[in-house]
Amino acid sequence: MTDLTVDINPLEVSQSSSGGLGINLVKELFRKRAAVVGAVMLGILVFIALFAPLISPYDPTEVLLSTEGVQPRESPCIHILGCDSEQPQHILGIDGNGRDVLSRIFYGARVSLTAGVAAVTFAVLVGVVVGLIAGFFGGWIDNVLMRLMDVLLAFPSLLLAIFIVTVFGRGLTNAVLAITVVTIPGYARVVRSSVLTVRESDFVKADRVLGVSTFRLLTRRILPNSLTPLVVQATLGIASAVLEIAALSFLGLGVQPPQAEWGSMLASERNQVFTAPHLVFFPGIAIMWNVLAFNLLGDGLRDAMDPRLNR
Amino acid sequence: MGRFIARRLLSAVPVLLGILLLVFSIARLIPGDPCLLALGERATEELCDAYNERFGLDEPIVTQLGIYLGDVAQGDLGDSLRFSKPVTTLLKERLPTTVELTLAALFIAVLIGIPLGVMSAYRHNSKLDVVTMVFANTGVSMPVFWLGLMLQYLFAVVLQDTPLFLPPSGRLKAGMIPEPFYEKWGLPEIGIFEFISNMEILNGMLTLNWEVFWSATSHMILPALALATIPMAIIARMTRSSLLDVLGLDYVRTARAKGLKENVVILRHALRNALLPVITVIGLSLGALLGGAILTETIFNLSGVGKTLFDAIEARDYPVVQGFTLFIAFVFVLVNLLVDVLYTYLDPRVRVS
Repeated sequence: MTDLTVDINPLEVSQSSSGGLGINLVKELFRKRAAVVGAVMLGILVFIALFAPLISPYDPTEVLLSTEGVQPRESPCIHILGCDSEQPQHILGIDGNGRDVLSRIFYGARVSLTAGVAAVTFAVLVGVVVGLIAGFFGGWIDNVLMRLMDVLLAFPSLLLAIFIVTVFGRGLTNAVLAITVVTIPGYARVVRSSVLTVRESDFVKADRVLGVSTFRLLTRRILPNSLTPLVVQATLGIASAVLEIAALSFLGLGVQPPQAEWGSMLASERNQVFTAPHLVFFPGIAIMWNVLAFNLLGDGLRDAMDPRLNR
Repeated sequence: MGRFIARRLLSAVPVLLGILLLVFSIARLIPGDPCLLALGERATEELCDAYNERFGLDEPIVTQLGIYLGDVAQGDLGDSLRFSKPVTTLLKERLPTTVELTLAALFIAVLIGIPLGVMSAYRHNSKLDVVTMVFANTGVSMPVFWLGLMLQYLFAVVLQDTPLFLPPSGRLKAGMIPEPFYEKWGLPEIGIFEFISNMEILNGMLTLNWEVFWSATSHMILPALALATIPMAIIARMTRSSLLDVLGLDYVRTARAKGLKENVVILRHALRNALLPVITVIGLSLGALLGGAILTETIFNLSGVGKTLFDAIEARDYPVVQGFTLFIAFVFVLVNLLVDVLYTYLDPRVRVS
């Protein structure tokens, strides 16, 4: 008989499996270049948001026209790039109301990050409950809930968000609420479909036979096994939430002046794009930076969690 | 196949009813008195009473809903409070611009997105692949309103005195009033002809008026480009990953083993199967396009469906808000239905399962 045994180094096996899911995931994530770039970009943004009061040269709402004698919409003045050292330094220039753009962008990071993360957190919470209930109980409950989600999905999300904000009133909180509502169906669907698969697996059936309560079954068995696609979807979801909140602010429905927010900074200077393009350029770059960070990280997570996609 | 389509159509009915109900309630929930907004300072109590009676706003909500459902079933979306004309007429006037815009954007997105994805998959892990994917990732992360403004600046200011200059806003050159094709051809003035003649690019072609055609086209390039970027990036990424999946399959290896040229293997054999998920993505991106049209039309000052709808929300023009939203949602559901059917037609495996 031919020898079919394979040499396995027991040390190697124990090493590779010792890390646990979390550690392996992080290792895998670090092997993806794009994910590392995303994480670094996000890190910088979080740093700026956390330390905005320390690193901002000015108060974001302070009008500098009388104190510093600057003109509205003045071009950037950077000393090391040859700007007269007599003049106060404004790296990204002055906006139409005579405020320092760099400081406003730094403070805007706080709004953009918290709003995006908050919207997705709420949406995930509701979506998970809806998806769990629909997927686990099936039947008419599933039908009603999912048709409801279909109705929400039948609108372009920005349009529905505009509607909701118009009904409940302008402002950041309602903008976040609107984005929450329009993104719930996505999470509900993801959770539901993984619940459907997990529900039929043997360990869940075994638990049922053993008389484990439905609540415990849902929270301890089914939910943890449905998390992978949810985490990916949520990370990518933050990216689109950031974009849509910025869009709402751009339309004048989100953050209200004088609070610094990238979308509304863009909106208030959009008519000056031909004369002072820098006032439109930088807030847009900031939005893109934030969205790109989450997109890269989300893609990296998806690849890292799905070994089939390893290439 | 027939049964599948019928089942799919039936399942859309409750969704459509839900949409109707949701749109109706949201339109009523928007705070603000339409009478005050329409009449402004002239609004007295008597005038407002008469106004509310005329537009049926004094009836109980349930009655209003009943009347509304009956009207919609007959294709009557009510009259705009602001423009004093039927919503359907307004839709007929404003929709052509949006149709042109979304089709142009979709065209650009597919025309550039698919080849980019194919090249990227073909030269997998090469510099080209990296550059394309960086481009695609940046593309999906770009706010469409920012891109629109930047394109305006680039093409209307920076390139002002070059042949690359493009007009930053509007639909046609100021003062240009093109002759509708049906007048030129001596056709009767019916709805569908009016609709077609409002598509300025098409109308320019039909009347052989190349000045109108170029003016309409040049005004459409920048908004379409801005609107196309996100779907283009999504399509490129989807094409790439789907093609990479297919390229690993046995039948592709067989095709290569037969000695077929690599481009025949990719374009004739692999791409056909790889495009299936791309079709879904294209269908889904229509929603993003319609949402993006609100922003794009606002920036480029195009009076299409998106801008009209946004203005109507601001002005509490209920019938327009209801009618336009309903229309957009119906189109969206219809497109998803079409994508599903097309998918079953193209991929027999879906039919069997």
